[in-house]
Amino acid sequence: MKFADQLLQYLINGITNGGIYALIALGFTIIYKSTDIINFAQGEFVMLGAVFMSTLYNRAHLSLPVSFGFSVLAVAAVGILMEVLMIHPLRDGSVISQIMATIGASIFFRGSVMLIWGRNDLFVPFFSCGQPYRFFSAIFDRQYVWILVIALISMGVLHLFYEKTTHGKAMTACSANKKASMLVGINVQTMVILSFGLSAALGAVAGGVLAPFGMKYDSGVTFGLKGFCAAIVGGLGNNVGAMVGGFVLGVVEELGAGLISSNYKNALSFCILLAVLLIRPQGILFIRSGERV
Amino acid sequence: MIKRVWKVIEQFHFLLFCLLVLSLPLILRRFEAGDYYLSVLVLAGISSIVVIGLNLLMGYAGQISLGHAAFFGLGAYSSGIVTIRYGLSPWLGFALSIGLNAVVAYILAEPILKLKGHYLAMATLGLGMIFLTLFSNLAITGGSEGLSVAKLSILGYVLNSRELKEVNYYYFTWSIALLLMHLALNLVNSRVGRALRAIHASEIAAHSIGVDIAKFKTQVFVISAVYAGVAGSIFAHYSTFLCPPDFGLTQSIRLLTMGVIGGMSSIWGAVLGAAILTMLPQLLDVFAEYDILVYGLVLILAIIFMPQGMSQKISLGWEKLTGQGSQGS
Repeated sequence: MKFADQLLQYLINGITNGGIYALIALGFTIIYKSTDIINFAQGEFVMLGAVFMSTLYNRAHLSLPVSFGFSVLAVAAVGILMEVLMIHPLRDGSVISQIMATIGASIFFRGSVMLIWGRNDLFVPFFSCGQPYRFFSAIFDRQYVWILVIALISMGVLHLFYEKTTHGKAMTACSANKKASMLVGINVQTMVILSFGLSAALGAVAGGVLAPFGMKYDSGVTFGLKGFCAAIVGGLGNNVGAMVGGFVLGVVEELGAGLISSNYKNALSFCILLAVLLIRPQGILFIRSGERV
Repeated sequence: MIKRVWKVIEQFHFLLFCLLVLSLPLILRRFEAGDYYLSVLVLAGISSIVVIGLNLLMGYAGQISLGHAAFFGLGAYSSGIVTIRYGLSPWLGFALSIGLNAVVAYILAEPILKLKGHYLAMATLGLGMIFLTLFSNLAITGGSEGLSVAKLSILGYVLNSRELKEVNYYYFTWSIALLLMHLALNLVNSRVGRALRAIHASEIAAHSIGVDIAKFKTQVFVISAVYAGVAGSIFAHYSTFLCPPDFGLTQSIRLLTMGVIGGMSSIWGAVLGAAILTMLPQLLDVFAEYDILVYGLVLILAIIFMPQGMSQKISLGWEKLTGQGSQGS
């Protein structure tokens, strides 16, 4: 393969990964905006999405789209439960205890899945069979197309939700100013619950499109960390930033892995994370004050 | 009369704790599985050292670190590399481990500790992951295949050789742990300790009364990194085999959990938390497959119902028992 072809291939893989990272980063962002909490269990939502989907498909014998839809709903319910049972009691707690609580939740989810589904990878079939597409000289896996399309649709739907619906606008208002939102009659607690449901659902969508590649109880950790880097790179608390951050991280990571060394692929994302935090804590996109002294 | 006893206990609680620690092997010797219990206690001692440092940083200065396993690993690998790759004295390993951690922490402290709250958590998490990647990929650390480390010998006497292995290493670990604990207890009651607590309460207020925030933050970061490094070196010679997963995110979280459960703003809490969480898996053997589940649940419940940790509950209980409102342990 020529160098240009290789580059194209890296780019395609990077953009596909980027779609996943963007979805997870959006999940982080939505919760952060409504509660100022970084949810370290975000990666577990991805894992739960895939695990639920595979159970619904393989055990309940539902069709692929139906199991996908139901697993997204189920994970959203898990997210809401997590808010009500754990985050709500801690709403006035210190940052450290909130972080530790979401870490506790992620361990709990992993433990439950390991106990119920075991330690093996769970699969669903690829969404469509057939030869991979060829794009010039690069190979474009059919599932990659599904990932990109579904990720973009989810982002579009999310955008419409925020821009066009009352609830979406109310959520934006809450993230801007909680007290003022209460004054104009918005139920802030409902919005917080909604944001957990939404964020969990986005994670589950990412998990669902990844399910054909196999997912087990501890697979969520890596995805969570990558999505987390993406959210920072784009500027924490900004939906557009999260999406851009996701794609940028996906592409840079894939290029770095391909051109430098795949062993250091993970370290590269975290180097980018650190560089952004230290140089532009407000993210690469916008000029906003980050939380620094 | 009984009041007097309480008072004596309160006054000499650190000394009494030392006595308890020193006499434990004599008691455990009577049990069949005594050596096994001692080995658990050695690990508890090693974790205590890291968590004491972590509590200084988190509980007193209010700076979170999700990457402390990196410093633990840096210490362990320093010792391992110095003794195995270069065949030098393990004491040089200890020295290097302390020096390297101090230097690395000093360099990192200035930029990293400018960040606050969640941003600091993310930066330290990122640092931890970068170090983990280095441990698993560099040739000198043995990469993912791991690194064997020699046993510790003092003047030709191998401390953890066959017969008295656990007892010797127990005394070695815990004498260092007690020493470092004593230093930390003095530190938190000194001018530095008060400055750290002021920073925790409000950086702006601390700054306005003349506390050099950057200096104290850097100092406590370096101290906590050195504590982790010492623990790492002790661990390296005890386990005699290092592999990268021991120094990853899971380990950082385990150390944090110890601090949270024991009580972050207490040196005693660090030791208590380390002891409980090291012994918990042994107790959780009953739960077999459920252990991760129980672990996560314990963490969540502890944070919701005991945000100040167990040490605070105990000291409240102590005050009730002795019927006085003094500071307790």
